[in-house]
Amino acid sequence: MNADGVDLKKRRTLTLATSAVGAVGTGFAIYPFLAAWAPSEKAKAAGAPVEADISKLEPGQLMRVKWRGKPVWIVHRTDQNLQDLSSLESILLDPNSDDTGQQPDYCKNPERAIKGKYLVAIGICTHLGCSPTYRPDMAPEDLGPEWKGGFFCPCHGSKFDLSGRVYAGVPAPKNLEIPPYQYLSDSRILIGTDGGAA
Amino acid sequence: MSMMKNFMGWIDDRYPMTKVWNEHLAQYYAPKNFNFWYFMGSLALLVLVIQIVTGVWLAMSYKPDAELAFGSVEYIMRDVEWGWLIRYLHSTGASAFFVVIYLHMFRGLMYGSYRKPRELLWIIGVIIYLAMMATAFFGYLLPWGQMSYWGAQVIVNLFSAVPVIGPDLGVWVRGDYVISDATLNRFFALHFLLPFILAALVFIHIVALHKVGSNNPDGIEIKKGPKGNRWSDTAPADGIPFHPYYTVKDIAGVAGFLFLFAAVVFFAPEMGGYFIEHPNFEPANPLKTPEHIAPVWYFTPFYAILRAVPSIAGSAFPGVVAMFASILIMFFLPWLDRSPVKSIKYKGMLYKVILWLFVLDFIMLGYLGVKPTTDLYKLTAQIGTIYYFAFFLLMPIYSKIDKTKPVPERVTE
Amino acid sequence: MKKLIVAFLLAAVPMLVMAAGGGAHLDDADIDLGDQASLQRGAKYFVNYCLSCHSAQFQRYNRMARDLGLTEAEVIENLMFTTDKIGDTMKIAMTMEQGTEWFGNPPPDLSVLARARGVDWIYTYLRSFYLDEKRPFGVNNIVFPDVGMPHVLWELQGSQKAVFKLVKDSAGNDVEKFDHFEPVSEGLLSPAEYDQVARDLTAFMSYISEPIQMERKRLGVWVLLFIAVFFVLSYLLKKEYWKDVH
Repeated sequence: MNADGVDLKKRRTLTLATSAVGAVGTGFAIYPFLAAWAPSEKAKAAGAPVEADISKLEPGQLMRVKWRGKPVWIVHRTDQNLQDLSSLESILLDPNSDDTGQQPDYCKNPERAIKGKYLVAIGICTHLGCSPTYRPDMAPEDLGPEWKGGFFCPCHGSKFDLSGRVYAGVPAPKNLEIPPYQYLSDSRILIGTDGGAA
Repeated sequence: MSMMKNFMGWIDDRYPMTKVWNEHLAQYYAPKNFNFWYFMGSLALLVLVIQIVTGVWLAMSYKPDAELAFGSVEYIMRDVEWGWLIRYLHSTGASAFFVVIYLHMFRGLMYGSYRKPRELLWIIGVIIYLAMMATAFFGYLLPWGQMSYWGAQVIVNLFSAVPVIGPDLGVWVRGDYVISDATLNRFFALHFLLPFILAALVFIHIVALHKVGSNNPDGIEIKKGPKGNRWSDTAPADGIPFHPYYTVKDIAGVAGFLFLFAAVVFFAPEMGGYFIEHPNFEPANPLKTPEHIAPVWYFTPFYAILRAVPSIAGSAFPGVVAMFASILIMFFLPWLDRSPVKSIKYKGMLYKVILWLFVLDFIMLGYLGVKPTTDLYKLTAQIGTIYYFAFFLLMPIYSKIDKTKPVPERVTE
Repeated sequence: MKKLIVAFLLAAVPMLVMAAGGGAHLDDADIDLGDQASLQRGAKYFVNYCLSCHSAQFQRYNRMARDLGLTEAEVIENLMFTTDKIGDTMKIAMTMEQGTEWFGNPPPDLSVLARARGVDWIYTYLRSFYLDEKRPFGVNNIVFPDVGMPHVLWELQGSQKAVFKLVKDSAGNDVEKFDHFEPVSEGLLSPAEYDQVARDLTAFMSYISEPIQMERKRLGVWVLLFIAVFFVLSYLLKKEYWKDVH
């Protein structure tokens, strides 16, 4: 109690308690407004897993499907392509796919795939989001004699091999992302979900 | 602590932060006898903020397109995370705004808050009220339901009742021959713009208030009374610093209001069809009018006045004039009241009876505005309309002959 | 305090005044949205009997699965006929043009019908079809005169005719007023069983009209409790400070 008969301690406690509860309440009130920016049910439905039929995909060919608005590549690699993969390891940044964020665990292998023949990868450069071009041609003039097929980003010149592994010394810092996927049959792939395999 | 002081010093050299804080809060002396009715001002400000924030968020998912608008509201209600809450806060907020403002205006009416020197304060307030009505009207079209559509159709057609230029005026307002996509799009733009103008008007309203100082339930000018209180020797004796006394009081008021507000939002967002009307869950159909159209409750007293006035020579124009006059007459209130006292507390029985009858009349007109017209209802609405105007127009007489009581020197508790 | 009460009454009066609803008497639907079994049955009737002509274009199947306590596999297996994507909404194949051609008016979307008409109306409507050879489908409806659709549940309910009696209206003219139904042929279900079907269907339509409604009320209780605590604290704070003034 001070001279005016005011219990300052009580006053301070009440002010603190009211402010604390008020702050919590404000937090509760703000949350829905932040959450409202998350993808809506409509966006989620549009971003649902998509099926791809690979029965007509010839060796060496690439097909694109759209998942969550992004291009997903499916590449039918030739036996030669698969053999070439190991020869590039010395010039790659992350040849063993140690960055676990870039692929599901079941794709942490040199082919970065469930079945070696088929690469499934998100076709977005890990540098600034351009979509690289598919360059299956061997040792072309512009990419040099070492090129054994892969992806080349026209925006800033990043290079990836046919497993989507990034070359060392290019702007892109990470391997291409492999989405979760699963085989529904030998010729049908479901992209966007792996049924919890990871 | 000294770092804080240095920082405030740095700010104050460049912006009158401390000065504003003191002049408008810590050393702004408000009469100490505010009662329940004085919560409404701060609550109105709160609801305005709620409306602007939720409105901006709704605009992020709403589509002002005749083909998509109705669906986009349902999209907000279902697909957008927490969209239902944001939408109900906005729809309930619209009605809450009018509840609070009507109580706020009635407070002014009771305690003579429009009298000298607060005439301009009152006039700015009436302009705010007009801007609110316009905002609400534009916003009501946006869900693009049957009520949205036909309500707008009826109100815009009022412009068509203006002699000579009327038909062209209606087409101009709509941008089409009926309410259409073009109308929806411009109403959306205006509905988004007006609240910011409203916020500016509210700022001006508060500037005017702080120039003249608040009135109080006794209608006594505390600035003219004795000086000196426990906080200052020069401040009015009957004044207390707005902060902390009225800030803590208003926070409690806000909590009480939010309780009622949340009760509606979470348990009765349609409020029995008064806050969200049932026919508005049918998409707008230009070929089929709902059986019974009524405006939202806050417009119905004026709608009743519109319908009460008979057409002259086949023109509905007199009704339109009466409706607008019923709002515009509020501007003249400061000069209509000739009573020697401000507050209802010291006015005589005559004035009290007339004022409370006016309240009942306003509610009755509001009730009649949602009912279909029958001969009996029409006659009742006509009597109500006459009383409404008589309340204002005869005020110079009855306020003068009313037997008032003596006003004390100091405010009462 | 007296004035405070008056103020609340003033604010409440315009809202509590109910507009009088005209038209036929409606039966109480008596639905329970907490009864998931009822909602699941309602969903089954809805997709089997309604969803061929009427859409519910704002209701997603996966949302329905979640809210009705069904797995997505169950919904795909038993309740999805027009699409194979669980995230889709309940759309139909019929276009507006086809609907106009076949029925005169396109069958309306039913997503929010329960909010436009009320649950009692839907419940009564489902039970109020009667034989009327003047109508193209041979049936009419008490609460929706000259309805443009057939009685799709007639196999379950059987058919009935309506008995009208003559009454005088306020102007003194004789008018026909509905009195009661008389069964003409039996359906597969007893009247009580059929009422339950109508009730389940009504409950489901109430659910799709506002899928959040149950959660909204659950959450509302916590919000009110929280605000109440805040109110008590802020009131005590106000009282403490105002000791200076009084």
